[in-house]
Amino acid sequence: MNLLIKNGRVLDPKNKIDEQLDILIEKGKISRVAKSIKEESARVIDAAGKIVCPALVDMHTHIRQPGREDEETILTGSRAAVKGGFASITVMPNTKPAIDNQGVVEFIYSEARKTELVNIYPIGAITKRLEGKELAEIGELVKSGAVAISDDGMPVMNSHIMRMALEYSKMYGIPVISHCEDLDLSSKGTMNEGYMSTVLGLKGIPAESESIMVSRDIQLASLTGARLHIAHVSTSESVELIRNAKKKGLSVTAETCPHYFTLSDEAVLNFDTNTKVKPPLRTRDDIRAIKEALKDGTIDAISTDHAPHTEAEKDVEYDFAPFGIIGLETALSLSYMELVKTGFLSLLGLIERMSLAPAKILNLQNKGHLSQGSDADILIFDTEISWVVEKNNLESKSKNTPFLGWTLISKPLELIAGGKHIMKESRIIKNEPR
Amino acid sequence: MVEWNRKDLLGLEELSKDEILFILNTAESFREVSTRPIKKVPALRGKTVVNFFFEPSTRTRASFELAAKRLSADIINISVNSSAMVKGETLKDTARNIEAMKVDIIVMRHSSPGAPHMLARSVKSSVINAGDGSHEHPTQALLDIFTIREKKKKLEGLNVSIIGDIAHSRVARSNIWGLKKLGANVTVCAPSTLMPPGIEKLGVRTTYKLKEAIEGADVLNILRMQIERQSENMFPTIREYAIEYGIDSEKLKYAKKDVLIMHPGPINRGIELTPDVADGPYSVILDQVTNGVAVRMAVLYLISGRPESDESTD
Repeated sequence: MNLLIKNGRVLDPKNKIDEQLDILIEKGKISRVAKSIKEESARVIDAAGKIVCPALVDMHTHIRQPGREDEETILTGSRAAVKGGFASITVMPNTKPAIDNQGVVEFIYSEARKTELVNIYPIGAITKRLEGKELAEIGELVKSGAVAISDDGMPVMNSHIMRMALEYSKMYGIPVISHCEDLDLSSKGTMNEGYMSTVLGLKGIPAESESIMVSRDIQLASLTGARLHIAHVSTSESVELIRNAKKKGLSVTAETCPHYFTLSDEAVLNFDTNTKVKPPLRTRDDIRAIKEALKDGTIDAISTDHAPHTEAEKDVEYDFAPFGIIGLETALSLSYMELVKTGFLSLLGLIERMSLAPAKILNLQNKGHLSQGSDADILIFDTEISWVVEKNNLESKSKNTPFLGWTLISKPLELIAGGKHIMKESRIIKNEPR
Repeated sequence: MVEWNRKDLLGLEELSKDEILFILNTAESFREVSTRPIKKVPALRGKTVVNFFFEPSTRTRASFELAAKRLSADIINISVNSSAMVKGETLKDTARNIEAMKVDIIVMRHSSPGAPHMLARSVKSSVINAGDGSHEHPTQALLDIFTIREKKKKLEGLNVSIIGDIAHSRVARSNIWGLKKLGANVTVCAPSTLMPPGIEKLGVRTTYKLKEAIEGADVLNILRMQIERQSENMFPTIREYAIEYGIDSEKLKYAKKDVLIMHPGPINRGIELTPDVADGPYSVILDQVTNGVAVRMAVLYLISGRPESDESTD
């Protein structure tokens, strides 16, 4: 069935469009974007008063299948993605087993096909079992469909191995995604180091634990000429380093996550383990620097670092809780509130950072824009609707978010992925069989 | 007079000056009980207290146990290895089981900051924090402050220096909150590696120089040095720490003639304190221990006497 989205405010950062237009979708592709399209054979979706834009792309998602299906599965993670307006998500390689071989990549693609919801792109490991010792078979990972490589939460401490990974990745044109953290400096820290960690008696993680490795990896990117992507930037010093790297013309890109421009370390005050995340929530000054960096383009993309953990895992002493919070279902609303409402970004700029920019970094050429012939992955959302984050209205299997109880503004309503209408009025509907 | 309305005692950060004074004044009246031939009053008869200790402790646990017994409460001790807890039953489940046995007050010692706060949110029983990691140790600070007030007859304007591993000290944090609220001037003195960032924002003077901390001080509260800090490279050797920061009679020459020497115990003799200082004329270390029982009686008494209608737990 062809679809016709009528009367919406269409935002397409790539084609610099921000006006009321109709979009015709045929055979899973965008066939026309124009004023007052008439097409008898198409089912009409009325988007009057709503925003119509490329569906969001999350370049940093933890889906726990295979291995920790009690936390999240490809199905539940996909449903959370749909609710949040994402038609494309990634799977970070710290599954069990890790995504360090073709078999796991193929398993993820196969499970994703069964769910028939969103596009799921595995990110391969840099090193076998994420141990930081021996390079994984990166060529095979890429050929089987990995869109980037990363050891994410188990960063490569050995600079020689990181250099070789960057050198080797150049042959495949994929980015190396680095979770920048000096593990020795973080040691057993559980929150940002500073006044708050002193008051709470929790062990701190200094900001330099991140920026030292940002600096190392930028220098290795300079040495190798490879594509480096810095994950979840949380500090003002990292921002400064990335800004300078870009000025020098290095192939460095960066992302941050909504919690790093929404919450500071003051949120840890009541020992809520849903504030325990790596990198940790930083200071108000860091929040300001990150917003500025999103505004001036130093930080290219907004990702979620969606990291599901069960209530049983999180409902323990702060020291013992795992790091990580979920983010797929709150990312758009939080970003809208913190960046657009406050004037840091235009709506078009926000959509760019949540769809086009991550798609470009991951080489997903037909994603993140509404050009004729591109994949019909389209989000319709309303910036006027407010909603309350509650455990029972989250699709994710895990509920570990510090935003429980928050009233958020703007809400995804309709999602079309590959030309199929999979969410209608914020309800996920059974998609048509292939 | 203020009323006591709190379900729990988790720290001194959240207490007002009046609440702290109320506890100290209540402790005054309980102090005498321990000097009687029959050391018992019926104040908490029929109440049940559990000492729930996830870290080894001799004096704090014994102090709470004696305090409860002298108030005629029933008390049991549960000691748990916290690393075993990670693998098995969660803290919350264990706590709910204890609560299901109808316990009125849980006294908790734990290595993780915030553990008693989490417990207090999940059970209806009152929770008393007997030390949570490097966060707070409110009854220790209360007994320290009680002892200072007893000896000096005032707190306002006194110069109190806390010396040692400030970074990892719950005793230091609770003392700072309490002493500042009561108008004392606080200096913290530590090697630079054991001075936590931003501590000066709590209104304390900081110094790395022991002499500066000793000069002009009315009270020196000397913290226990954990031997394992050496293996974490927080300082080169225990020997060097003892030379630089250990208090001996030589260094005490800089002190005021009526200085008080305090220590939360247990003392590493020859490391942070030499024996002649620990046992010397300025030392009030054993008075602290005596007062600890009175302070804990006061806390148990006030906590158990909160209005019955209080159902503010979630």
